[in-house]
Amino acid sequence: MIEGILIGLETALSLKNLMMVMIGCFAGTIIGMLPGLGPMTAIALMIPITYGFEPSTGLILMAGVYYGAVFGGSTSSILINAPGIPGTVATSFDGYPMAQQGKAGKALAIAAYSSFAGGTIAAIFLLIAAPSLSKVSLAFRSPDYFGLMILGLTAVSAFSAKGHFLKAMMMVVLGLMLASVGQDTLSDIPRFTFQNMNLSDGISFVLVVMATFAMSEALTIIFKANDPTRVAKQISLSQLGSIKLDKEETKKMVTSIPRSSVLGFIIGVLPGAGSTIASFLAYGMERNFVNDEEKQKFGKGSVNGLAAPETANNAACSGSFVPLLTLGIPGSGTTAVMLGALLGFGIQPGPRLYQTNPEIFWSVIMSMYIGMVILLILNLPLIPYIARVLATPRTFLIPLILFFSVTGIYLMSFNNFDIYMMIGIAVIATILRLYDFPMPPLILAFVLGGLMEENLRRSLLISDGSWTFLWDRPLTIIIMLVIILIVIWQIIKSFSQKTR
Amino acid sequence: MKISPSKIISLLFFIFSGFYLYTAHQIQVFTFDENAAFNAKTFPIYLGYAGLIFSALYLILPETRHSNVDLKVLDYKKTITLVVLMVLYGLTILRVGYFLSTSIFLVLSYIVLGERKWLWIFLLSFPFVAIFMYLLHGLLNIYLRDPFLQFIGVMG
Repeated sequence: MIEGILIGLETALSLKNLMMVMIGCFAGTIIGMLPGLGPMTAIALMIPITYGFEPSTGLILMAGVYYGAVFGGSTSSILINAPGIPGTVATSFDGYPMAQQGKAGKALAIAAYSSFAGGTIAAIFLLIAAPSLSKVSLAFRSPDYFGLMILGLTAVSAFSAKGHFLKAMMMVVLGLMLASVGQDTLSDIPRFTFQNMNLSDGISFVLVVMATFAMSEALTIIFKANDPTRVAKQISLSQLGSIKLDKEETKKMVTSIPRSSVLGFIIGVLPGAGSTIASFLAYGMERNFVNDEEKQKFGKGSVNGLAAPETANNAACSGSFVPLLTLGIPGSGTTAVMLGALLGFGIQPGPRLYQTNPEIFWSVIMSMYIGMVILLILNLPLIPYIARVLATPRTFLIPLILFFSVTGIYLMSFNNFDIYMMIGIAVIATILRLYDFPMPPLILAFVLGGLMEENLRRSLLISDGSWTFLWDRPLTIIIMLVIILIVIWQIIKSFSQKTR
Repeated sequence: MKISPSKIISLLFFIFSGFYLYTAHQIQVFTFDENAAFNAKTFPIYLGYAGLIFSALYLILPETRHSNVDLKVLDYKKTITLVVLMVLYGLTILRVGYFLSTSIFLVLSYIVLGERKWLWIFLLSFPFVAIFMYLLHGLLNIYLRDPFLQFIGVMG
């Protein structure tokens, strides 16, 4: 293994590959910042460019783009509440309120440090434990995945709804309903398309996320422009604030990073789970670890609430390379694109990759760490410049957000049906937000809908239509018990609120 | 008796879930799949029931937290105008082309929101869109249909 690491280090530290990591991180940050253009699009755009390169160089460039885009996505989440990718939705829960309080600089610095720490710790885990961790991921079966997804949705509903658990659960169902539109993945039978060709491929994630976050946020700002409490928020939005963290903030961040890294990495290793579940679960877990005073700050600009999902999503990015490199199973949509690129290079990822192409396996792992360092060096000094977007007056910022949202969708489909659908969803989302129907559970449900159905399908087919698969395996039982505990806790909380 | 807006939304969601469930039952599956443990309509049917249950629970149970929204302070005029502008933008983007429709959308949106700095309005519309288009079309090779620019001979 030592020999492999040295080969990887030598490859990753060559001048050409170092340049590639730098270019990748920078390009990824810029592309990831644009709402609608996430890491998947960024990597997809890189594929034709990398075909002329050696496989390791091409993969190093794409790994840099991946990390850069994730960080860029966090930036747009924090500054304009427009997560470009699902993995940074949880970042906006506390990052955006911090920006509204005039602490955008601090929020971006926390995101940069947490991403770096999470990515670094996970890269070390990956280095040490990659071979054995692939066995852990194999222990999860379809019922466990199905349970894990319900757990993620219940946890998000419980934590993000601020006392509106039933409203959050309705949003979960709505998200899953939206995800069910389009052709059934197995039988290709059209569902809820109403004979409209534009719906046969389903509704795109970018469309839903742009409509429910960026667009509805922009419309809400205008809608509530005369609200005295809202005006106060908008005034402070123009302040950047310092990027220096005080002792207490650093302490909070430092306590949050290790546990979120471990959780993020483990979730990232599970094929299909990816950075989205990791960031949401880390957010929920962090809320349980902190004291009551800090708990009250969640959703209003908590340092822990921002550091945890940021650490976890980057750790999960590293973790998702484990099933990709060792099993050939992508852990997320982005690694699925990378799998396509690997196959394009003529490399079949799997357990034999160590033996056949050790320089590729280890150089990608080593370049991840180098990418983290470069990302921190590049982005920290640039934070004041990046955050200047906040100084843009609302009269310019709102139309620009709407323009980026529409452009993001237009570039994907080149038809105006998607634009109309996005406007429709944005208007509904604006009304729902007005009455405290939370959007994050809807987004997570939408992302997980397809996977959830797939795992339920497998579980039911294996158990011949019986729901006993939910308590057949100890691992599934544990997951189901946690879900029941969360629901009971929410019921008790509702009753205690009512009697108070 | 006054019904809260949240309850009205839940009632609408209840009706929507009922319609979704009805439509789910109408999904045509293959004959050999009709009695299978899982087919294309199984998951949507569960979702329909889940929607009915959650919305019914919200309607039946007393509200623990009320969402207080002062409808009088909301700016309907600007919001609706922006939505209409977006619809018009969607309508013209393919026919007129990306450059002109986007630039006009931006100019009108700035004005609707009360901006009167004409130089900035100009800079952040036509030249801004031109640079953005160059990045997409010229550098990233992302095709953008633009009959207007083709007509004046700027785009091939």
